[in-house]
Amino acid sequence: MQHAVFIYASYGAAALGLGVLTLWLVLDYRAQARALADLEARGVRRRSERNRP
Amino acid sequence: MALLDFANPTRFLSLSARLIPWTAGAAALALAFGFTLAFLAPPDYQQGETVRIMYIHVPFAWLSMFGYSMLAASSLGILVWRHPLADVAHKAAAPIGATFTFLCLLTGALWGRPMWGTYWVWDARLTSVLVLFLLYLGLMALRAAIDEPNRAGRAAAVLTLVGFINVPIVKFSVDWWNTLHQPASVFRMGGSTIDGSLLWPLLTCALGFTFLFLTLHMVAMRTEILRRRVQALEARAAAEAAA
Repeated sequence: MQHAVFIYASYGAAALGLGVLTLWLVLDYRAQARALADLEARGVRRRSERNRP
Repeated sequence: MALLDFANPTRFLSLSARLIPWTAGAAALALAFGFTLAFLAPPDYQQGETVRIMYIHVPFAWLSMFGYSMLAASSLGILVWRHPLADVAHKAAAPIGATFTFLCLLTGALWGRPMWGTYWVWDARLTSVLVLFLLYLGLMALRAAIDEPNRAGRAAAVLTLVGFINVPIVKFSVDWWNTLHQPASVFRMGGSTIDGSLLWPLLTCALGFTFLFLTLHMVAMRTEILRRRVQALEARAAAEAAA
C-alpha cells in the first residue's frame, strides 16, 4: 500500500488518543464513584437522601 | 413539566445509565462496519490509498466543530438559565472536543505530508482549526484558574460564546480565502462531490465517531456530577465536624 506509514500512523494516533481519553474518563468516573460511596458509608448523605432508609 | 425541570442531575444520571450501553454499542458497531468499508473502498483517483486517512480525519473535523457548538449551547444554558446541568455539560465537553480537534490536526498533517509535500501550511482552514484547538485549551485553563465554580463556569461560558465566531470561520474559510485545503465536498450547495463508494464509508465512520463522542460526553458528565456531590458532602462533613 502506497504511503502506508502515514495511513497506519494516522489510525494508530487516533486509537491511542481516543484510548487514553476513554481510559482517563473511565478511571476518573470510578474514582468519583468510590469517593462518593466511601462518604455515604461514613453516614455523610445529601439532604435529599437523609430521609431514605 | 418543562424540559428544563426534567434536565436535573439526578434524572440525567438515571437516563444516561440506560443510554450509555446503547450509544457505546452503536459506536462500536458503526466504527467496525465503517472501518471495514473504509479499507475495502477503492483508492481515490488523485489521493490514492491516502484517502483512507479521510475516513477518520473528516469525522474528527466535523466533531471538533460539533463539540464547540455543544459548548456554545451549554454556555447559553449557563448564562441565561443558570442551569447546573449546562455547566456540567460545558465542563465535560471541553477535553473531549480538544482531543477530537487535536486528532483532526494530527491526521490532517499526516495526510498533508504525502499529498501536499508538507505537514503544515498557515492557510485559513488549518490556522482556524488550530485556533479552535487553542480555544478548547484556553477554556480548560480558565476553569482551572478560577477557584469558585460558578464564576469559573460563567467566565468560561462568556469566552466560549466570544470564541464561537471561529466556528463559521473554520467552516467557510475554504470559500472566503484561497487555501491549500480543498473546499467542502460533502456538505455543500449542489450536493456531495464524492462518489458513493467513498462517501458511504465516510458517513458510517462519522456516525460511529458521533456516537463515541456522545458516549464519552455522557460518561464525563456523570463523573462531573459525582465530583460535585463528593465536594459538597466533604464540605458538609467538614462543617459538621467543626460544629
